[in-house]
Amino acid sequence: MESVLETRVRQVRVFLNSNYAAAYAARDADVDVIAAYPITPQTGVVEKLSEIIANGELDAEMIHVESEHSALSAIVGASAVGARVFTATSSQGLEFMHEVLHIASGMRLPLVMSVATRAISAPINIWNDYSDLMNVRDSSWITFIASTAQEVYDSIIEAYMVSEDPRVLLPSIVAYDGFWMSHTYEPLYIPEDRGIVSKMLPRRPRYVLDPDNPITMGSLVNPDWYYEIKYQQVEAMKEACRVVREADVKIKEYLGRAYEPIESYMAEDSEILVLTYGGAYETLQSAVDMLRSEGLRVGALKLRLWRPFPVGDLKSKVGGAKTLIVVDRAISYGASIEGPVALEVIAALHREGLHPTISSFIAGIGGRPVSEEDFKGMVKKALKLGDKALKIGSIHWGVRGVSYE
Amino acid sequence: MLNPQRAIEVRFHGRGGQGAVTASIILAEAAALQGLYSQAFPEFGPERRGAPVKAYTRISKGPIKTRAPILNPEVVVVLDPSLHPSIYMQGLKSDGLLILNSKREARVIAGELGFGRVAVVDATGIALRNLKAPIVNVAMLGALARVLEEVSLDSIAKATLKALFNIKWEGDLASLLKTSIIGEAALGNIKALNEAYRLTEVYVA
Repeated sequence: MESVLETRVRQVRVFLNSNYAAAYAARDADVDVIAAYPITPQTGVVEKLSEIIANGELDAEMIHVESEHSALSAIVGASAVGARVFTATSSQGLEFMHEVLHIASGMRLPLVMSVATRAISAPINIWNDYSDLMNVRDSSWITFIASTAQEVYDSIIEAYMVSEDPRVLLPSIVAYDGFWMSHTYEPLYIPEDRGIVSKMLPRRPRYVLDPDNPITMGSLVNPDWYYEIKYQQVEAMKEACRVVREADVKIKEYLGRAYEPIESYMAEDSEILVLTYGGAYETLQSAVDMLRSEGLRVGALKLRLWRPFPVGDLKSKVGGAKTLIVVDRAISYGASIEGPVALEVIAALHREGLHPTISSFIAGIGGRPVSEEDFKGMVKKALKLGDKALKIGSIHWGVRGVSYE
Repeated sequence: MLNPQRAIEVRFHGRGGQGAVTASIILAEAAALQGLYSQAFPEFGPERRGAPVKAYTRISKGPIKTRAPILNPEVVVVLDPSLHPSIYMQGLKSDGLLILNSKREARVIAGELGFGRVAVVDATGIALRNLKAPIVNVAMLGALARVLEEVSLDSIAKATLKALFNIKWEGDLASLLKTSIIGEAALGNIKALNEAYRLTEVYVA
């Protein structure tokens, strides 16, 4: 790997964890206002941003607030007057933001937030899973899930592109594994000249609060109009799917890296596909190599765009595969299928008339490692159970005292 | 030489406060400075001074496609000799290498552990001489540079300065040892690194 990458933009190789990659992306996006409250494992993001502002590398306001509810409220206000804003959180912090999440999207504000995903209390657990992120599924935020520090950086730039697009005007989350990524150092490329990112993200006019041209935002709306206003959000989310694909093209054009709503590895000729998200996708690819050397035609899929759910991309990536195994990292308690992404995948494929044999696994809850051996075990279990797998619901992989014989 | 298909896996064992996590990051950054792919992460837990700590580094010619903890390392680095061997010997490959901070002879330790590939260095003594504090992580990296041909002592010196002191140094180690502009603390670390590299005793049965 060279220390300098000559794409359309000259890039330098840096060595960062995903928290710092998120901070550098916010810096390069030239944000105006940041408000945040520290929470493990996200804290590194705002620590680094504080340092960047104190060093004079970024001209931005850092608002120190007393809670995550206030952090999000503060940037809602800043965004409403036209600022480009950023925040970061995890776990209980994201839960505490919940009501403001809906206010931000309902006010159609293009906020961007990074989430280092973490399990939820009780019992208290600071380690990784995706329960926090899955809980905010219905809050009308565009949601990317990254699996490398490079992708965290690129996705935050991309998130501003999509959120600020006049066809969208919805906030975005860029999520990644707490600890497994937030605290893992790895090399990545970032543009040498930050000015180029500003060129990628031109400031576009939108409705803002301005005393000289008064408007009202977030007012009381009676039953005769509320539904139509919320339906506009439905349409904006659908439109976002197309805008994300356009942004993928732009990221490729400037930075040379190709992203898709659903990414794949060795999937084209696969009979068996395993779909997961976040950092586990890296480990899954190694497991695929191992299973291929055993003669199994296995491939990997990654859900990169969780909201809006990329139904068409899923259909084309699954294609004619006979078996699809979805490995979730969160639990939807009491659901017919307890893996939240599995549930969505089943609905999407049913809608599109594809009917592979599907099984749903849940693994890695509360920071339990998911190794290559775990993925191999899940594939073998799924093949053994066949059609019976889904009748079980979701298979809770590695939980002591539970067997699915 | 590195196998292009596989990563070299190093596991650090120490106690909270000794710098095992930082050592794992410096090693990975040194590899990255040479244009290699690398990854460093700690075993996450409540951060308490004195508690056993594990940290991991992977180094590879190609992209690293895993985020799982390292169970079967090629190299184990032990910063604190008071840790029990049952902790640090776990999963070490039979053709791997154990690097221990110890004043004792490598051959004797190898005999006691029944493991014939051991390197030792008195990192505590080196740290006390050069840093006036028993912070042994940089000295242990010197020992690592001695046995790990994939990562040079120069790169580790550069990565140490960058990680600990935010200093970018373009020259080599020899030029560093002669300079005073990097400050006393930084120079102490570089001297400790260099001394450990020279004094490491490697025993292969």
